[in-house]
Amino acid sequence: MEPMIAFTDVRLTLGDRLILKDVSFEVQPGETRVVLGGSGSGKTTLLRLVLGLYRPDRGSILVAGQDITGLPERDLFQVRQQMAMVFQDAALFDSLSVRENVGYRLWEQGLLSDEEIEQKALESLKFVGLDDILDKMPAELSGGMRKRVGIARALASGAKTLLYDEPTAGLDPINTCLIGRLILRLKAMGVTQVVVTHDLETAYRVADRMILVVKGRLAFDGTPDELRRCERPEVRQFLDPGSLPSEWKPLPNRDDITGEPVSVSRRDS
Amino acid sequence: MPTSFNLAAKLFNVVLIVQEFTLLCAQTVAGLVRPPWYLREIMLQLDRIGVGSLFIVMLTGLFTGMVLALQGAVQLEPYGATMYVSRLISESVVRELGPVLAALMIAGRVGTGIASEIASMQVTEQIDAFRAEGTDPIKKLATTRLAACLLMIPVLTVITNCIAILGGWLVARLYLAIDSYFYWTWAFEAIQMDDIVQGLVKPLIFGFIIAMVSCYAGFSTKGGTAGVGVSTTQSMVYSSILILASDFFITKFFMAFA
Ligand SMILES: Nc1ncnc2c1ncn2[C@@H]1O[C@H](COP(=O)(O)OP(=O)(O)OP(=O)(O)O)[C@@H](O)[C@H]1O
Ligand SMILES: [Mg+2]
Repeated sequence: MEPMIAFTDVRLTLGDRLILKDVSFEVQPGETRVVLGGSGSGKTTLLRLVLGLYRPDRGSILVAGQDITGLPERDLFQVRQQMAMVFQDAALFDSLSVRENVGYRLWEQGLLSDEEIEQKALESLKFVGLDDILDKMPAELSGGMRKRVGIARALASGAKTLLYDEPTAGLDPINTCLIGRLILRLKAMGVTQVVVTHDLETAYRVADRMILVVKGRLAFDGTPDELRRCERPEVRQFLDPGSLPSEWKPLPNRDDITGEPVSVSRRDS
Repeated sequence: MPTSFNLAAKLFNVVLIVQEFTLLCAQTVAGLVRPPWYLREIMLQLDRIGVGSLFIVMLTGLFTGMVLALQGAVQLEPYGATMYVSRLISESVVRELGPVLAALMIAGRVGTGIASEIASMQVTEQIDAFRAEGTDPIKKLATTRLAACLLMIPVLTVITNCIAILGGWLVARLYLAIDSYFYWTWAFEAIQMDDIVQGLVKPLIFGFIIAMVSCYAGFSTKGGTAGVGVSTTQSMVYSSILILASDFFITKFFMAFA
């Protein structure tokens, strides 16, 4: 089967910094792919490349068999409509109400009646437990609510490929669980999903396959079981922070701090 | 680092900005002729730009006309021509002061608004969210604002002109004892066809400048919230400079062909 998303030797520099190097992986249709990685490792950048928001310096990115790296912006708009993205900070449209945000794409496409769009928006908001805030503006919402409205917006678009940038970051355990279940449910419906997350528990629960990004390189590509068993130091370091180098000692207690300046322990001490 | 290198880098930067700006202008204008047109957004902008600026351009016009009457009377007095002050007012207002002052006020009110709005959308990834939704942010944000500016700024300028001439009349009546009939006759007599053309071409060009400079400042925002402030200031500074500079060249152009 043709992969839904295929990266081949992708390399990206922003400004004069090399952000991603030699990244290759595939996401099959219907697969839920989890992207793990430390802060600043390049996960968000990876998702942006899938949407064509950045163009790689080298390598190719195929979306549903079409190479998007050379496409002009105008044709990219077509490609992007097959996908939907949940941004890390939600990126809700400030000037639009929650209802208008969630129904935005359907509204723009103009294929459905206002009632049908309303219905879809309400349905997606129910999915994330927020069907009572239709007429609020984004500025009136809490961080977690904004995030969930962002997820609802992606759901309502009806896209067959969903990209999530840390969908559970900043959510309480109940909502985290809710989002996890939502991803599983969409997976059962055959939706292709790419989930960037720090949350290992959710990751193991929803993933078909996982990749781990370390400093812009893929350090791992395989199933959750393979990841658990992987012995590569980069992978172990990410999975159990207990194995961090010894310089990572707890800070001294407040009571321990006397008049003396606190000396920071170094590797050689 | 040697200064010559710095200078070269700066020059290169300017070339880059001009290139980007030109590209944005081309894309924005192209958006005017290709659907979708986002009529609802255009209506919203017309309201914000037009109705929102009405009060300040009226005040600007009023006081400009009033002060012109006072100053004009002083200038004309030695020649015993004080009663022709309306001629001086209407000519200078229609050709120069109306378009330029209205444009500067609108650059301050509307231009900075456009720049800061787009800038904050840029730093909160809303622009990218538009792209991700399959919407062209240039069409959605820049083209609609350009259309609204091109439609509204000439209208606002005509209003400014009328109020300015009216303000002059107030002063002429109250302080200069000029006959109303005489004032209005000379006010209209003074305006020629090419004044009207000039008075309408200028606001169109100024409207283009305000919309495009503000949109460019917004879209090119970098560096988080601090960048929003920088872009807002830049939109005001550069659109004012471009308005004044282009005013000179338009005037020159009209003089050459009049
Ligand atoms: N516009 C940019 N210009 C230059 N460097 C950038 C830009 N955007 C991101 N970077 C850099 O690229 C690297 C990867 O950023 P990215 O946002 O992809 O990280 P991330 O893995 O999503 O991190 P987090 O988990 O904290 O969200 C970072 O080191 C960041 O400093
Ligand atoms: Mg990120």
